[in-house]
Amino acid sequence: MNDEPVVLASDVRMSYGDTQVLHGVDFSVAPGEVSCIIGPSGSGKSTFLRCVNGLEPVLGGSLRVLGEQVGYSLRDGKYHAWTPKEFAAFRTRIGMVFQRFNLFAHQSALENVACAPIHVGGVPGDKARELAMEQLAQVGLADHAHKRPHQLSGGQQQRVAIARALAMNPTLMLFDEPTSALDPELVDEVLEVMKKLALDGMTMVVVTHEIGFAREVGDTLTFFDEGVVVEQGAPAELLADCKQPRTRAFLSSVL
Amino acid sequence: MRTEPIADPSGKPISIARTWHWGRWLAGLIALVVCGWLVALVVANPRLDWGAVLDYLFDPLILSGILVTIEISVLATVVGLVLGVFLAVMRLSHNPVLQWLATLYIWFFRGTPVLVQLIFWYNLAFLFPELILKIPFTMIGLKWDTNQVMTGFTSAMLGLGLNLAAYFAETVRAGIQAVDRGQTEAAYALGMTPGKRMRVIVLPQALRIIIPPTGNEFISMLKTTSLVYVVAGHDLMTNASQIYKSNNLIMELLIVASLWYMLMTAVATVLQGRLERRFGSDAVRLVRGGGLAARVLPRQPKPEGTR
Repeated sequence: MNDEPVVLASDVRMSYGDTQVLHGVDFSVAPGEVSCIIGPSGSGKSTFLRCVNGLEPVLGGSLRVLGEQVGYSLRDGKYHAWTPKEFAAFRTRIGMVFQRFNLFAHQSALENVACAPIHVGGVPGDKARELAMEQLAQVGLADHAHKRPHQLSGGQQQRVAIARALAMNPTLMLFDEPTSALDPELVDEVLEVMKKLALDGMTMVVVTHEIGFAREVGDTLTFFDEGVVVEQGAPAELLADCKQPRTRAFLSSVL
Repeated sequence: MRTEPIADPSGKPISIARTWHWGRWLAGLIALVVCGWLVALVVANPRLDWGAVLDYLFDPLILSGILVTIEISVLATVVGLVLGVFLAVMRLSHNPVLQWLATLYIWFFRGTPVLVQLIFWYNLAFLFPELILKIPFTMIGLKWDTNQVMTGFTSAMLGLGLNLAAYFAETVRAGIQAVDRGQTEAAYALGMTPGKRMRVIVLPQALRIIIPPTGNEFISMLKTTSLVYVVAGHDLMTNASQIYKSNNLIMELLIVASLWYMLMTAVATVLQGRLERRFGSDAVRLVRGGGLAARVLPRQPKPEGTR
């Protein structure tokens, strides 16, 4: 079934202790789609993204990603919670890029990219480093392959992080505010890499404040607020003519 | 300090007067008098036989004791470090039973005096005259006489090592917790299991924080071995005491032992300084250094060879 959504969320609820963060999110992403999520901070958009690859547990509703109910597998008519191994196997199919890059501080750029193939994929070291070198070249960082994260600018670090997330050939890429921690002049180099990825047909969910990127590259734009999806649509239409007052208020504050 | 003269508005150079640090001179004077007096009291004491100190300084019994002290220190430290890492990982594990076991271990071994633990191990034969290692419900296995296994040396190594593990576990735990949470998340997002994340990502980074205190633990261990005296472990202190029990030159032999302990500590301090300079600022080189760590992380190819 090629038409099955890559992400299919219905009534997803989640809370940190007593604070409910997601109040029933309905959301879906088709294969090859670039889906951008915007919304004020604290609206639950990052939390939802983290639920998609199982970094946060979903406490209610159904969240299906890549054909699996996240965190559970169906056996003998019951859902059984995943073991850490099953979580790990699931996550190899999803790449994630973080706001704060989270590059492994004790490894060079090349080692960061080769790390998962070697330690998770079982690819021999030389082969993995060769592939990692190609991936770094793709994001324009072949010259910086042997530098440590602290020797790289924020934009370069985030490009390494994207190459690292791509190293396991994921079917789905998640971006959690990938440009929010960057100096303004470094934002474009990261967006360029993401744009290229989108043009190559990667399925992407991008939580972002870059309205321009959403308009240009996104297939759908979703507005989150207070733990629910307020409005959703094609970026150009939603940006030009949104129906909900909350969306309008948010857009007028960021545009 | 500036020595170059300052030009006044007319351009004439005016030299700078010397600053007198009265406080320093006064403190120095007092320190000299007090320390000099104390040293003189001991050195010039007619009851102290300095010739005997010199005679026993290189006594074969003392020298063999030094060797045993170093052996016990090194072995006990290794036992403590390895076990300490496991305990720390257990304490931070999500498995409540493991957590609880590690907490219990740490509480027990920190809660009882190391002297008591040493005597306990040495006298294990009272509880278990024989140590038997066998497959349950069969007669296949090995058997030892406890008194032969639990010599002063092994009980010292075990007692000090198990004790150090409890303290070191806390050091390792602090090191692990100091590694940014984002590193763990990125490791999970790449498809690592919790164990792999710990070995490949977190522990190598925690080393940077853990290594400096290990030097300290070792230096402390060098002198804690003197407690082995109570179980006759033939270490430096035990041997020194054997000599003074026979000839009553107690002070002289304590001085001999102290001189050697000070020398060992000085050497260990120099080594610790090197260790910190090499690894303290950058744990990565340790990871490439060799042994287990080198296998955990791949060797970085030579920069010129890859492009």
